[in-house]
Amino acid sequence: MAAIELQNVYKIFGRRNKEALKMVQAGVSKADVLAKTGCVVALDDVNLSIGASQISVIMGLSGSGKSTLVRHINRLIEPTSGKILYNGEDIMQLTPSGLRKFRMHHSSMVFQSFGLFPHRTVLQNASYGHIVRGTKKAEAEAIGKKWIDAVGLKGYENKYPSELSGGMKQRVGLARALAADTDIILMDEAFSALDPLIRAEMQDQLIDLQRNLAKTIVFITHDLDEALRIGSKISILKDGQVVQTGLPDDILRNPANDYVARFVERRVHIPAQAGVSK
Amino acid sequence: MFPKSLEFSISQPINDFVAFLIESYGETFRAISNFILSGLLQIEWVLRALPWWGTILIFMAVAYLCVRNYKLPLLVGALLMLAGMLGLWDLTMQTLALMLMATLISCLVGIPTGVLVAKVRVMRNILIPMLDIMQTMPSFVYLIPAIMLFGLGKVPAVLATIIYGVPPLIRLTSLGIRQVDQEVVEAALAFGSSSRQILFGVELPLAVPTILAGLNQTIMMSLSMVVVSSMIGARGLGQQVLEGIQTLDVGKGLEAGVGIVILAVVLDRITQGLGQSQRRD
Repeated sequence: MAAIELQNVYKIFGRRNKEALKMVQAGVSKADVLAKTGCVVALDDVNLSIGASQISVIMGLSGSGKSTLVRHINRLIEPTSGKILYNGEDIMQLTPSGLRKFRMHHSSMVFQSFGLFPHRTVLQNASYGHIVRGTKKAEAEAIGKKWIDAVGLKGYENKYPSELSGGMKQRVGLARALAADTDIILMDEAFSALDPLIRAEMQDQLIDLQRNLAKTIVFITHDLDEALRIGSKISILKDGQVVQTGLPDDILRNPANDYVARFVERRVHIPAQAGVSK
Repeated sequence: MFPKSLEFSISQPINDFVAFLIESYGETFRAISNFILSGLLQIEWVLRALPWWGTILIFMAVAYLCVRNYKLPLLVGALLMLAGMLGLWDLTMQTLALMLMATLISCLVGIPTGVLVAKVRVMRNILIPMLDIMQTMPSFVYLIPAIMLFGLGKVPAVLATIIYGVPPLIRLTSLGIRQVDQEVVEAALAFGSSSRQILFGVELPLAVPTILAGLNQTIMMSLSMVVVSSMIGARGLGQQVLEGIQTLDVGKGLEAGVGIVILAVVLDRITQGLGQSQRRD
């Protein structure tokens, strides 16, 4: 079952975006739209269904619109046109307070440069999701503590983010998202800022956690190896368009076009099958 | 010669406007005036009721809490001692009371205004040029109407001090809030925070070091208004500077000047220390 569905989503940045939208829908190329209206087309007719309880990876190079795309799911960025459905319900129809409730209870997020609150301790960061929704402090911190332990940061509860290494910071980011107890977790290049060893460790940890938790995870990356390693399903984004969606094996065996094929060819080694199969 | 036919004057309409304000809102201005005056008198009363060593100890304790070392408290203690030994204790306390009152009101006005400037583009476009005017307009230009509205003495002095001193606080509050890492704000949003939770739980706490730098600037600029304030009847160190100048008593003027510098150093170091202790990177 699809937990999240994006239907005909367009996102155009710029003042004259309505005008630009019509041009894009009429088939005018992005370069011409930019030249005529000064608007940048970030997402171009994206249709995507994201399955519940699995890791869906959206892969693309920088500028492909992947970070913009993931921010549409919790409406940190509003689409210029299109529908975003969560369990069949159109989240574009939510009122501001409805949207806040949706974010509190259904979607949390992990950021590329961590997005931790520098003035709060590890524990306060991890329990933030519950503090925001008004859970009692003791209870919120008990939950935060549990997830700090789960990501392997026991003993660091009272440290500040500036006292941690990059890998540890992202563990706090992960603990914060998990502690919020939402069914969706959006991960925007969550491991891209980490060095390769820590990164592999974090990927393993994510796969491990996912085995028990069965969250709906949308994982953004620019790294095909990472995508193949953790993804149950992979969508490849280029210039704001989804060029291929499929199982990791499909992508490897039947690249939809030259662009995808080039990605696959440049891979140095075959991925560990354990991470791929689901 | 510039053609006479193109000249116009705004002085008459402004005179009429001030006259209208005095006639129609005299009561309101008197109420504001009384409010500020009673606040100021209370601060002064406390400062004068405290024994001199009590005041010095409080300052040293505050300094210690701000920087957590012994150097600054000792410096603060020694400087205040010196002010007392120069026979400037009462005058220094009067000036300090004026400073504290002006700073308090500056904070009450400046920080919310700074937030507004950071959040609302229209407010930014309107207020930033106004702040420039407040800082460059010669203070006597607004002192005279202030005296007409509030009477001679401490209240117009406080107001003039605020007008001159508050712009850096507004600017730096706004800067501090706009400088907060966008990803951190995004993270707060993504977990469902309301704009109030973001302002008070994320943006303001992270802007504190910058806001304190603004407060420091505000206090420093306020101190430079001390002598001007005395010209309209506020007592304190400025008054002695004036007396010194008027009687060609260079020594007396310089003594009072030293008092102002002492106050400046003490307040500057304490607020700077506070700002640095809040920085966490």
